[in-house]
Amino acid sequence: MHSDVLTIGDRTFQSRLLLGTGKFASNDIMRQSIEASNTEVVTVALRRVDLDAPQDDMLNHINGDSILLLPNTAGARDADEAVRLARFARNAGCPSWVKLEVTPDPRYLLPDPLETYKAAKVLIADGFHVLPYINADPVLCKHLEELGCATVMPLGSPIGSNKGIKTRENLRIIIEQAQVPVVVDAGLGAPSHAAEAMEMGADAVLVNTAIAVARHPVAMARAFAKATEAGREAFLAGLGGSSDIANASSPLKGLMWE
Amino acid sequence: MYSEVFPSIDQNELMSVIEEVGSRDVQVALQKDQLDIKDFAALISPAADPYIEEIANKAHQLTVQRFGRTILMYAPLYVSNYCTNGCRYCGFNHQNLMERHLLSHGQALDDAAVIASEGFRHLLLVSGEDPRYVDEQYLGELAVKLKGRFSSIGVEVQPLEESGYRHLSECGVDSLTIYQETYNTELYSEVHPSGKKRDFNYRLDTPERGALGGMRKVGLGVLLGLGNVSLDACNLALHARYIMQNYWRTQVSVSFPRLRAAEGGFQPYDPVSDRTLLKLICAFRLYTVDAVLVLSTRESAQFRDAVFPCGITQMSAGSKTNPGGYSSQDDTLEQFHVEDSRSVAHVAAAIREQGYEAVWKDWDPLLV
Repeated sequence: MHSDVLTIGDRTFQSRLLLGTGKFASNDIMRQSIEASNTEVVTVALRRVDLDAPQDDMLNHINGDSILLLPNTAGARDADEAVRLARFARNAGCPSWVKLEVTPDPRYLLPDPLETYKAAKVLIADGFHVLPYINADPVLCKHLEELGCATVMPLGSPIGSNKGIKTRENLRIIIEQAQVPVVVDAGLGAPSHAAEAMEMGADAVLVNTAIAVARHPVAMARAFAKATEAGREAFLAGLGGSSDIANASSPLKGLMWE
Repeated sequence: MYSEVFPSIDQNELMSVIEEVGSRDVQVALQKDQLDIKDFAALISPAADPYIEEIANKAHQLTVQRFGRTILMYAPLYVSNYCTNGCRYCGFNHQNLMERHLLSHGQALDDAAVIASEGFRHLLLVSGEDPRYVDEQYLGELAVKLKGRFSSIGVEVQPLEESGYRHLSECGVDSLTIYQETYNTELYSEVHPSGKKRDFNYRLDTPERGALGGMRKVGLGVLLGLGNVSLDACNLALHARYIMQNYWRTQVSVSFPRLRAAEGGFQPYDPVSDRTLLKLICAFRLYTVDAVLVLSTRESAQFRDAVFPCGITQMSAGSKTNPGGYSSQDDTLEQFHVEDSRSVAHVAAAIREQGYEAVWKDWDPLLV
């Protein structure tokens, strides 16, 4: 049987659900949620990690053998800050992977396309696998792809909003055109949103708030894992098209009445 | 600058709005995603009392969604109690015959070592307002020395020029806290009889000079109990939203300092009840959804544990409000008496017991 794996850069993954680690009520709940989600990629805000202290709680709760620890540059307002953070993380022993976040706006945390592009260019030349968090801009996606980014990570709606996929038309174009994996990141507030993204043909989804702030985060992580798988399976199975008029289930049967 | 905007806010009209809001306005505010100042006024009015649980629930939900179940921990480090101002309500008033002290950098580092040993990585440098002792050079050099030990350094000192904030930013300081104390200009003059602090507009524009000078976060606040609490809170809300709209790269935080007994025997003009303070916290969460809301050890342990889930995202613990207080254990020079005197570990445990994570590091010097 053909195995359906996700390939990013030089690595392959069985799971198509990536997890963020902010907002959890405790590191223990975060660890249990990671396990329940079956994720193989966990992103960690470098500003939350004490790289000088190897005993840092948050990193201790993530199994680096089976999970790709993906440092992110959350908090960076421009390309220089993002590049500094990424390089520092690598020098401290983190892998040469980075989820590139450049968000000068502290309220909605919307990504800056110009600074993101500049940082991606520098980091790729520096040997990083760069996974940029961006607005759902199809043209920017093509530019980043041409630069050599490992993925593109367009948002479904503003980060932490749980509003689901509000950028559907642009996401559709991005997915249609992309030559690198498309990871829908930010705004996915319910398992059905993850399923929707996967049904559209996204290669993966990244979720944080919806799981971390759920009443039962571990159960919600499990639900997102199932929804991501279901959406992927539906996409591979080939969804039927929709129509505004009723269609007979057997067209020939209809013809016989004419 | 806000000093040009502020005179256009008709204070009598704002007071009328405050006095006229009723139950229906509270219900409307609770239904809205984007609140206006009338909604804010309704939520802090007596008419909101019957809805306080509903308001607190909404504030809690919004906070969890935006910030998660986390509380950022920070500690204040008082470096000096010298002050040139004559603020009638403040223990540091230059006319108060108290012992004055300026920490040398070595002494400040001793206090900082105690703070760091308790787990803090976010530090707030506080001083009285006397630039002869604490100026941007003193603060900048100290920040450079502290940088290796702390991931975030803020200042709560006298207002500086934009160039001063830029210098501090280059030295590793990332945030600024400045309380307007009251937005009532007459009362402001009355309680600030002397010193540079008499210049209302200079203080009013300080958050903006900070933002222009590179401060990533600016903290605002009024002294609760000084002026009419509803009017001051509405003005503070308008000021906070102005900063958010005009300085889109700057994060805004709001603090809720209630006036406490201090050297000089000042008694609050308009004491603020626990219920009113809770309503203020909730109203700010609903009005300025993304603002960092701060609660200090001025408040009692019981009150802090009860209200922090309703909107607070940042808290101090184990605070000393006197220069040298951490390493010398001498409380005699304190600016005000802390009500929550629990140990840092005790506060962190109380936060965990409520299903929250006490976050010690949420910033990195590489970002400055």
